[in-house]
Amino acid sequence: MPLDATLRGIRQVGDRTLRIVERVGATVAFLGLTLAQSATSFRRFGLVIREIFYAGVQSLIIILVSGLFVGMVLGLQGHETLQNYGSEQSVGVLVALSLVRELGPVVSALLFASRAGSAITAEIGLMKATEQLSAMEMMAVSPISRVVAPRFWGGVFSMPVLAMLFSAMGIVGGFLVAVVVIGVDDGAFWSQMQAAVDFRHDIVNGIIKSVVFGIAVSAIATFEGYEAPPTAEGVSGATTRTVVSSSLAILALDLVMTAFMLKGWN
Amino acid sequence: MTNLVEISDLNFGYNDRLVLKGINLTVPKGSLVAIMGLSGCGKTTLLRLIGGQLRAREGSVRVAGQELNHISQRDLYALRRRLGMLFQFGALFTDLSVYDNVAFQMREHTTLPESVIRDLTLMKLNAVGLRGVQSLMPSELSGGMARRVALARATALDPELILYDEPFAGLDPISLGVIGQLIRRLNDVLGATSVLVTHDVQESLKIVDYVYFVSEGVIVAQGTPDEIRASTLPFVHQFVWGEVDGPLPFHYPAQAIQNDLGLREG
Ligand SMILES: Nc1ncnc2c1ncn2[C@@H]1O[C@H](COP(=O)(O)OP(=O)(O)OP(=O)(O)O)[C@@H](O)[C@H]1O
Ligand SMILES: [Mg+2]
Repeated sequence: MPLDATLRGIRQVGDRTLRIVERVGATVAFLGLTLAQSATSFRRFGLVIREIFYAGVQSLIIILVSGLFVGMVLGLQGHETLQNYGSEQSVGVLVALSLVRELGPVVSALLFASRAGSAITAEIGLMKATEQLSAMEMMAVSPISRVVAPRFWGGVFSMPVLAMLFSAMGIVGGFLVAVVVIGVDDGAFWSQMQAAVDFRHDIVNGIIKSVVFGIAVSAIATFEGYEAPPTAEGVSGATTRTVVSSSLAILALDLVMTAFMLKGWN
Repeated sequence: MTNLVEISDLNFGYNDRLVLKGINLTVPKGSLVAIMGLSGCGKTTLLRLIGGQLRAREGSVRVAGQELNHISQRDLYALRRRLGMLFQFGALFTDLSVYDNVAFQMREHTTLPESVIRDLTLMKLNAVGLRGVQSLMPSELSGGMARRVALARATALDPELILYDEPFAGLDPISLGVIGQLIRRLNDVLGATSVLVTHDVQESLKIVDYVYFVSEGVIVAQGTPDEIRASTLPFVHQFVWGEVDGPLPFHYPAQAIQNDLGLREG
């Protein structure tokens, strides 16, 4: 019966939706738990520094290289398009604004999720599967405050720095293509860029975005690791979920924040 | 108080299968008690109940006078500071070196200066004969070495109650003798109380004060090592002397193998 099939379809969509909402809720609750048990991380900041080092170093090369390439492509495409309007001098503005407002925070967060986020999930998941988290509980040490919170804050602190490095490398890439290769006047390239990029509305908003992405990716990565079934398949499934959910979260949050920022909530 | 651990009429099961049925067991202060039984009979489960990682379904588990069924997280953590547990598979922290593993609890729970921690840690490692591997990572150890490090870590803060899950598994005959003596000495010198889960009948009968035999979730025999050796109960005799024929089944309950293999004549 077609009615039956339709109803079943609708029910499935509803089921899926409920499960997604449930999962988002659980992640937010876990984030709350992590924040509540963050005192140790700040009292012994060395623990966080260590995680910043791991997460940062893991993602540094891929972020620098990607930033360079993205900037070069922006330089090429921007020059090509702006030429039609006789304003190829403005290519520096286009490169810088695209990077600082959007591509820097978003692309570096996507790369961070797949490089460092998945590593955090796998590490915590494996610690759980090999009973290291149980052993820690038996030693009267909370795994959330000792294992989860430092990794969470390490991610939150590295993200904006990585995003800035991405944008900086991108601008270098744009400069190399537009000025060095194509021959746009380098005085115009830099001065137009300086004049057009606003500190508060472009740079600070970009940083706000990357901080929010850092919180989202780190919360998802630690949650998925901590909740992973303690088996090999469980951990590998959790790692995949981290990358997928983080990417969707980054893009959705970006849309919402961009809408508010352009409207001028500030 | 004479009994450090008191378990009465304990029932416990995973999902809907009862694993432990009507267990009554006491561990007097200062004694070394062994729990023996076939693989899968619920020994690890029993240790987890004593450590408060699992909650009894029915009956009571009292440790150091506190009922674990209704204990708050805070009291449980306070109790666990007086507890050491050797996990069946070691559960060493894979992101810390051997030295840092053993020093972990001292750093988390005490304010001892690093020089004192160093001396204590090296003494603990020396006791298990592994002072020489202090700078290795757990992944660089053999299975038997890892359990000896785990033993050093479990006893790092000189706990009042030590739970050993299979401390003899994977040890060569020499280490086995040394570790057996070490476990006995920790009891006598530190005045600790220990619960030892093991398959190694001959070695443990040499060192323990009292033995409980568990079979299919029920305590089927108990007594001092001499009583156990002299026992004429068929399953005790079978277990102690490692005989194949006897009342203890090697097979986990299943349907007849002819059915599984499809050999039943039609
Ligand atoms: N997390 C779990 N979920 C469901 N069942 C479990 C779980 N852990 C153990 N069991 C079941 O409980 C029973 C007892 O397991 P336990 O690990 O306590 O055995 P054991 O006596 O320690 O065995 P071994 O000597 O092989 O270590 C087993 O039949 C096992 O299948
Ligand atoms: Mg076991």
